[in-house]
Amino acid sequence: MSNEMSNNGVVVTEAAGTLPAGVKLPIYMDNHATTPMDPRVLEAMLPYFTGTFGNAASRNHSFGWEAEQGVDKAREQIATLINATAKEIIFTSGATESNNLAIKGIAEMYKERGNHIITQVTEHKAVLDTCKRLEKYGYRVTYLPVQADGLIDLEDLKRAMDDGTILVSIMIANNEIGVVQPVAEIGKLCHEKGVIFHTDAVQAVGKIPVDVQAMNIDVLSLTAHKIYGPKGVGALYVRRRNPRVQISAQIDGGGHERGMRSGTLNVPGIVGLGKACEIAGQEMAAETARLTELRDYMKAKFENALDYVHVNGNMQHHLPGNLNMSFVYVEGESLLMGINDIAVSSGSACTSATLEPSYVLKALGLGDDVAHSSIRFGLGRFNSKAEVDYVSDKLIDVVSKLRELSPLYEMVKEGIDLTKIEWAAH
Amino acid sequence: MAYSDKVVDHYENPRNVGTLDKGSSEVGTGLVGAPECGDVMRLQIRVNPETQVIEDAKFKTFGCGSAIASSSLATEWVKGKTVSEALTISNTEIVKELALPPVKIHCSVLAEDAIRAAIGDWKKKNNVAEGAEAPAAAVAAH
Repeated sequence: MSNEMSNNGVVVTEAAGTLPAGVKLPIYMDNHATTPMDPRVLEAMLPYFTGTFGNAASRNHSFGWEAEQGVDKAREQIATLINATAKEIIFTSGATESNNLAIKGIAEMYKERGNHIITQVTEHKAVLDTCKRLEKYGYRVTYLPVQADGLIDLEDLKRAMDDGTILVSIMIANNEIGVVQPVAEIGKLCHEKGVIFHTDAVQAVGKIPVDVQAMNIDVLSLTAHKIYGPKGVGALYVRRRNPRVQISAQIDGGGHERGMRSGTLNVPGIVGLGKACEIAGQEMAAETARLTELRDYMKAKFENALDYVHVNGNMQHHLPGNLNMSFVYVEGESLLMGINDIAVSSGSACTSATLEPSYVLKALGLGDDVAHSSIRFGLGRFNSKAEVDYVSDKLIDVVSKLRELSPLYEMVKEGIDLTKIEWAAH
Repeated sequence: MAYSDKVVDHYENPRNVGTLDKGSSEVGTGLVGAPECGDVMRLQIRVNPETQVIEDAKFKTFGCGSAIASSSLATEWVKGKTVSEALTISNTEIVKELALPPVKIHCSVLAEDAIRAAIGDWKKKNNVAEGAEAPAAAVAAH
């Protein structure tokens, strides 16, 4: 089978007849970046674009009422998935907005109580950059380190808390390495100290059980497009009881969403988010089992076929569909180039605008060379075993070929210690 | 990002991959870049002691597709040239030939460094006096 790349980077496949059954190229295996919409979600949304197009805030005619019913149902569906109540769900444009609203809104609302915020170094930029902005406004921010397996040390968190601490923001599951933090313990600690606990649950909601009561979560960000829903719609859970959490609005206007987020509701998107949550909840147990098996199968194939492979992140506390591996002595972008009919991500500097390797992998204490060699596989609802076989076989081929080209691999095979070489500073 | 056809060609069919005996007095070895930077190139030349013509060249590269293509092209270009001719190869010619985008210019610089480092190593081994060109060792320390 041969491929050729057209000018716009789209892979044109020839001789597709030679592909294994069930495999169609290109293969999408980057489900942490985004997911395709589930057709059932699209079906639920469609009526709300044309016939049921009303403004959910129109109180005095049936168009408004019908739109509001759709929104109310979605609020229930989301609340059910995370064990919240419908009134605690605020709709936003997505998780970046949810994170901004949560962190800035809490910082502003509770500034009389204190000015200290605790987060961790492996958070998404939507949290880190929001915290950095608050530092400019005079807030103190502690960025907790993570251990080599990606988990925070709860003792570090305890030590970081002081009388001025108003907010802890720690994600449930990491978008690069899939590591799941001990959120229930973090929530318990926060509640003991009277500190508000926000979590970016974008990668976790719909994939693993999330229970805002059992986990003592006060504020939670989620988004639709990571769970087979539409892009451009997300939500923020804001606890109303034990304790009641208040948030200063960051967008002013018509007073929608109990005054916390003004703006006409994206009714079709919200209906889609609700439906996506409902499906994810119903299918979570079976899907977790299926994806975990596929993920472990893929990992074992790599480990059996190749030497010098390195799994990044704790595999016990881990998202089912995530596998982040470094194929050491092979550079990530050259690896992606060899598998251009497969969509995955790399932590390599060459794939980023900044020419810096992944800050998440660096936070694990990995050398830049290992970070440069990393590939993130994001398995999802529509990936099959046949695809996993195709992807892993192809990757093993390309890694082997590139190692034939790699001076580092040759040197290591000869027993040379690469750390002892004086590399020219480039 | 879309790669030029020439980069794809060198990536899929790299020329002159391999290893020469670095102990031989006829062989010069240049090892440039660093694993932390995501690019390491090793370029080797075998020089005819009589004519100073580079009769063989081999490379191995850890790096992105553009780095692989730059070093593959460098081996093609140095072969058959005399040592002093090879020193005139510049990174801008590599950029032009492979149609490298601005973010990949460093790959071509590294390939030029690798040629100079290999020649520098050969000169050092054979006590060849430096010509008018810049001392190879200083360039390699870029």
